[in-house]
Amino acid sequence: MGFPHPSHPKETVVLSKYFGDADARTYAGWAKRGGYEALKKALGMTPEAIVDEIKASGLRGRGGAGFPTGLKWSFMPKGDNKPHYLVCNADESEPGTFKDRELMRWTPHQLIEGCAIGAYAIGAERCYIYIRGEFTEPWRVMTKAVEEAYSYGALGANVFESGKRIDIVLHRGAGAYICGEETAMMNSIEGRRGNPRIKPPFPAVAGLFGMPTTINNVETLTAVPHILNRGAAWYKGLCLSSPKSTGTKLFSVCGHVMKPGNFEVTMGFPMKDLIHDLAGGMRPGRRLKAVIPGGSSVPIMTAAEAEAALCDYEGIVERGSMLGSAGFIVMDDSTDIVYEIYRLAKFYAHESCAQCTQCREGTAWTTKILERILRGQGKREDLDLLLDLSEQMTGKTICVLSDSCAAPIVSGIKKFPEEFDAYLSRARTPALAAV
Amino acid sequence: MSGTAHAAHPDAPHQAVFVGKVKDKLEALFPSYPTKMACLLPALWMVQEERGWISADSIAEVAAVLGLTPAYVRGVATFYTMYHLHPVGRHFIQVCGTSPCHLCGSDEVMKAILQQTACGELGTTSPDGRFTVVEVECLGACGFATPILVDDDFHDSVTPERVPGILARYP
Repeated sequence: MGFPHPSHPKETVVLSKYFGDADARTYAGWAKRGGYEALKKALGMTPEAIVDEIKASGLRGRGGAGFPTGLKWSFMPKGDNKPHYLVCNADESEPGTFKDRELMRWTPHQLIEGCAIGAYAIGAERCYIYIRGEFTEPWRVMTKAVEEAYSYGALGANVFESGKRIDIVLHRGAGAYICGEETAMMNSIEGRRGNPRIKPPFPAVAGLFGMPTTINNVETLTAVPHILNRGAAWYKGLCLSSPKSTGTKLFSVCGHVMKPGNFEVTMGFPMKDLIHDLAGGMRPGRRLKAVIPGGSSVPIMTAAEAEAALCDYEGIVERGSMLGSAGFIVMDDSTDIVYEIYRLAKFYAHESCAQCTQCREGTAWTTKILERILRGQGKREDLDLLLDLSEQMTGKTICVLSDSCAAPIVSGIKKFPEEFDAYLSRARTPALAAV
Repeated sequence: MSGTAHAAHPDAPHQAVFVGKVKDKLEALFPSYPTKMACLLPALWMVQEERGWISADSIAEVAAVLGLTPAYVRGVATFYTMYHLHPVGRHFIQVCGTSPCHLCGSDEVMKAILQQTACGELGTTSPDGRFTVVEVECLGACGFATPILVDDDFHDSVTPERVPGILARYP
């Protein structure tokens, strides 16, 4: 539901059903709406049966990578007598994405229930929810909800008299985009700098505190109770296009639209309808110019690509980009594409952990070159230099932050050459003052 | 989480943070983690809540409390942008300026805030010590542009027109 807007008839509202409904934030209110039934059901199942059900549902990670959730859970070792951990990634900081914030603000118990089921399924007694430091309101809401869940026996040493222990610990970040990368997040919880780790070993083998660990996004875990309640077949049936993309998905739509917000639709929903109908379309007299659909870390789409795309993992790849975290940055014809790409490069330069040379230097250099172009001091060869640097920044580092910086730059130069040309030919007034 | 507190003068003698209730609060976290080191981020938050910023003396104290070295603690503290390693104004304002907000006019919001707080430019503290204003990268509320954080209060959909009313709430 595109809170603060009422639900749109074309939405398929599952996760966002109670956005804006303050009563659903309380334990009693959540229980009244059918909450915690899935957890009770799960505790009567074997962990393997839960993993199988999630596998059968087709649920894929909602944080950006789209890895099948049930398969990820099945990688956790069995009978190893080591502590296992579940980490819930609530470090939402991908520009354009603001769905996890709303899930936590309005339906904290939906997340707690998903975490508890996930923890039980992977043999973990403890789940850490890593909430970004800037999310002060979600932190307060989650803190209260976790306390309540303990007092009602939904968490603790003996969850709902099942004899199973499940604890949830909230861990507050302190301002670092990179901590949304799963191995950086584990380092951050351990009290280290948030530098990503080299894989392998993968988290399921040696993760948090060196123990088998699974990291799932907030939205992924909130989908879990619904799958157990209504069945894998129901979830799998929510599919408008590719059978590899199932269920509902929250699409955060922001930028130049009349009704920015989170819209929950079935996978495969047409992007054209999402932007022009659900999100209210362009401002009067404006037309669509470009969309960056995956949060900012994916290639930019032209209006034609965007309007032809179907919103699922495969559909957006077919039209030249990626679904990512599904945060749509919509730009109308008033947008200076070069400036917005520069602003994103600046973001990545600021957020690089500086561990890998290609990223540390590449994000800073590309930012400076784009700045030079915007000052009206660009040279023709700057475009080749940007493309060359981007090439060096792609696939060569420990994590994908560097690749993420390169994606909008490369696609921007290829898809909007006239925007760059306008600056290079000095036809356009510099956006930044000359130095 | 309390608001930004009383920033002590950098040269004032260090008074221990982890005594009484604050010490109890930190120690209550120990069972939640298998190592004491994992309590480092929470401990740094506690210092900032109590003192408004994290001094070199506080870093040394955190190190002693958690069995780490001051250099290690400093290395971690400097990684995260939300920790203040020098005193800031009574109220700390973070304005989002990343692309989605920029598209929706965050420059104008930033201009209004800088002007009305008398900070003049980003990263500085107003002459009366009331405000420090910084530009922050994506606050994760892009559909509610422009979001700003004042201390621990999140304000979304801020426009230049709303700035005076918001600032008035922070004397």
